[in-house]
Amino acid sequence: MFSLLLLLLSLPPALALECSKDHQDGYQVRLSIKTALGDQAYDWNESELFLFKATIAFAMRKYTKNETYDVSNIVVCNETPRVSFWFIVVNPENPTLAITKTRVEEAVRVSRNRINNAFLLTDKTLEFLGIPPTLATPVTPATPPWLIVFGVVIGAVCAGIVALLISSFVRGKRANKAKEFAEEDDQAKGADKGISGETFEDRNGVYNQAFSDDDRFTQL
Amino acid sequence: MGEQCVAEHNGDKPEGASSPEERPKWDNKTQYLLTCIGFAVGVGNVWRFPYLCQIYGGGAFLIPYLIALVFEGLPLLYLELAIGQRLRLGSIGVWNSISPYLGGVGVSSMVVSFLVCVFYNTLLAWVLWYFFQSFQNPLPWSQCPVNENLTGYIEECVKSTPVNYFWYRETLNISPDIEINGSLHWWIIVCLGTAWLVVYICFIRGIETIGKAVYVTATFPYLVLTIFLIRALTLPGATDGLLYLFTPKWELLQNPQMWLDASTQIFFSLSVAFGGLIAFSSYNPLHNDCQQDAVVVGCVNSATSLYASIPIFAILGFKATSNYNSCLDSNILALTNAFEIGDQNITHTNYEDWLTYLNKTDPDTVFKLDLTECDLQDFLDQSASGTGLAFIVFTEAVISMPGSQVWAVLFFIMLFSLGLSSMFGNLEGVLTPLLDLHMVPKWMPREVFTALICIVCFLMGLIFAMGSGNYWLEIFNTYVGSVPFLIIALFELFGIIFFYGTERFCKEIEFMTGKRPNLFWKVCWMCISPLLLLVVFLAYIIVQVQTTPTYPAWNPDYEHFPKTEIQPYPGWVFAICILLATVPVLPIPFVALYRLAQNITTTKQPANDTALKASVNKAYVPDVDMDLQRKL
Repeated sequence: MFSLLLLLLSLPPALALECSKDHQDGYQVRLSIKTALGDQAYDWNESELFLFKATIAFAMRKYTKNETYDVSNIVVCNETPRVSFWFIVVNPENPTLAITKTRVEEAVRVSRNRINNAFLLTDKTLEFLGIPPTLATPVTPATPPWLIVFGVVIGAVCAGIVALLISSFVRGKRANKAKEFAEEDDQAKGADKGISGETFEDRNGVYNQAFSDDDRFTQL
Repeated sequence: MGEQCVAEHNGDKPEGASSPEERPKWDNKTQYLLTCIGFAVGVGNVWRFPYLCQIYGGGAFLIPYLIALVFEGLPLLYLELAIGQRLRLGSIGVWNSISPYLGGVGVSSMVVSFLVCVFYNTLLAWVLWYFFQSFQNPLPWSQCPVNENLTGYIEECVKSTPVNYFWYRETLNISPDIEINGSLHWWIIVCLGTAWLVVYICFIRGIETIGKAVYVTATFPYLVLTIFLIRALTLPGATDGLLYLFTPKWELLQNPQMWLDASTQIFFSLSVAFGGLIAFSSYNPLHNDCQQDAVVVGCVNSATSLYASIPIFAILGFKATSNYNSCLDSNILALTNAFEIGDQNITHTNYEDWLTYLNKTDPDTVFKLDLTECDLQDFLDQSASGTGLAFIVFTEAVISMPGSQVWAVLFFIMLFSLGLSSMFGNLEGVLTPLLDLHMVPKWMPREVFTALICIVCFLMGLIFAMGSGNYWLEIFNTYVGSVPFLIIALFELFGIIFFYGTERFCKEIEFMTGKRPNLFWKVCWMCISPLLLLVVFLAYIIVQVQTTPTYPAWNPDYEHFPKTEIQPYPGWVFAICILLATVPVLPIPFVALYRLAQNITTTKQPANDTALKASVNKAYVPDVDMDLQRKL
């Protein structure tokens, strides 16, 4: 009689789900705490494992929105000094039933950021083997930043070109006016047959306008 | 005395001008020297010389390099600066003056300079693109972009590296084959346009603006190189890189390829035969010491190459060490995960011990992990030159340096100034001959003509903005930028030795500088340099003929991707290569034959030949009366 009772009492634990490596609904988790935190790394102990179970339970609650998952519904096994282990999530109403792999995956993906932050880790240092990390949407600013730099450079260059062209044009006009003035001057002085003794310095160099090459004035 | 030696061609002077246009002048000698140094010091000093040093065993390479500088580089440099200064014209005018048969040499110089302008500015466009992209955090080449459904990274990027992906895909958008042209890429066109605008603004007023621009573009690279030197020497692994670079491998001195590469490097590095140096020195005052200038420019160019290779190699050593550490880290991670060892129990120092221990206890698992062999020497051996060095290797190194954006920006500004100051010489070699020959219509001001040339070069450079642009640039670089220059330089030397006469040339130099070139220069001009150039030219041709022309294609569908696929050039492409190498030098025989034909027809009417004689004094008519008076 007693033995039968003992047998009955030991049955429920035996009927509870066997967590094992490579279980069809289980996931392997790997933590690299020292890589992530260096000197500020914390030790992995029972309390940390409790926190992990709590975060997974939270993830399941958040995902399913009504089912009350508890820490006891997260079964962990195969812990190694690497800090890696397997876990299975069981149904809170029926502890013999495991939650399917895909549901667990989706729950974890939704709350991945929260789980990472609870442990001060990242997607790379807290790995769920088989669950790909949700990559952040690339931030695309309205104007690509390189166009802004390009705009600045090309604006400056174009402004410089325009400024230089205008100043060249103005310089050329001034030189032309001076030349016209000098030619008139020259023609006026040329009637005196040449030896005016003055030299007119052209802006473009020293050219003695008073000295004319013309043979008319040097005929012997 | 010296004035009579040179045939003053009346055709080269403006006729009937009431105010003769004075040739532009340098504001001071510093501008002139900086311009010549800037022209000689280009991107090749930064990305070609260190590569050659590395593959030819560091210290040992300096021996053939310095020998080539002294016996080949300096004499050619002196020659070009002297004839430009004496004859005061661009390359076409100068060679026409020396001998009408040699006019083709000047035309060749101009054509080659023009072709180099077209492709060289594309390099600057790429540098500008990277410069614009460096103002982002994180740098766009530091990580792979995410694919469309946000599940992972783009496959092409994952298979190669983010740096490679950014260069080949996001910058070039390269096609897998040279025959596939792809489309024109607007972002490259935009950068190319910007590069040409910057070149134009420096050229607007000729050497007036170039002379000012060169104060910045020629000196800034030295500042950046010094900053990089200080930064690089503090990086871990820098000493490994430097030791690797400078450890001489004396046995390589027996390799003739090394001597050939040293000679070609000196020759192309000094930018002789472009016509740009002749143009620059033609703006000099007549009595300027061009011997000193030549020695200064040549030595500064080589010293810059050496100085640049120190930070480059320190940074490459740093990169090799980083890669080695990452390799070790990935191996350590694999072992840690497979054997469930505690995190960070295996470190770089005890990695070897752990590996041997694990191999002994469980060799099968270790074998299944397929660990890569991490060897620092292998990483140091990965050499790169040219665009590969700047846009792949260096950008990868910059990511690992703290404050990456600053270093990237500095590096690309440096490359841009180096390239810009070389572009000055290239474009000057095109503009000055055209302006001297008065091929510009009178109504067109100089600014408009310069703009026209820039626009034509820009439009031709659009070839390189296509998908296959990089392949075409390599073709231009290899075929235009090599053989034609050797031929032109050879004809320059022959022109001075046979047509002008070395003695006469030395007299001219004595007139200009006050001292006669000593025996060393004469011996070099008359035998050593032509001989060296001839040997280099023949060896170059022989080597090119022996190697089948192939190119490395970036093909994501290639089975061994990310390795580049070695493809042979198709027939029509190879025909273009040959055309590019031969057409620029065709003016030399054509002009010579044309002048010969002209001479033959004009010898039948000797009275009309006034070109080489002194002008006849038509005003003097012998008076019969005066003769009688004398007799009395």
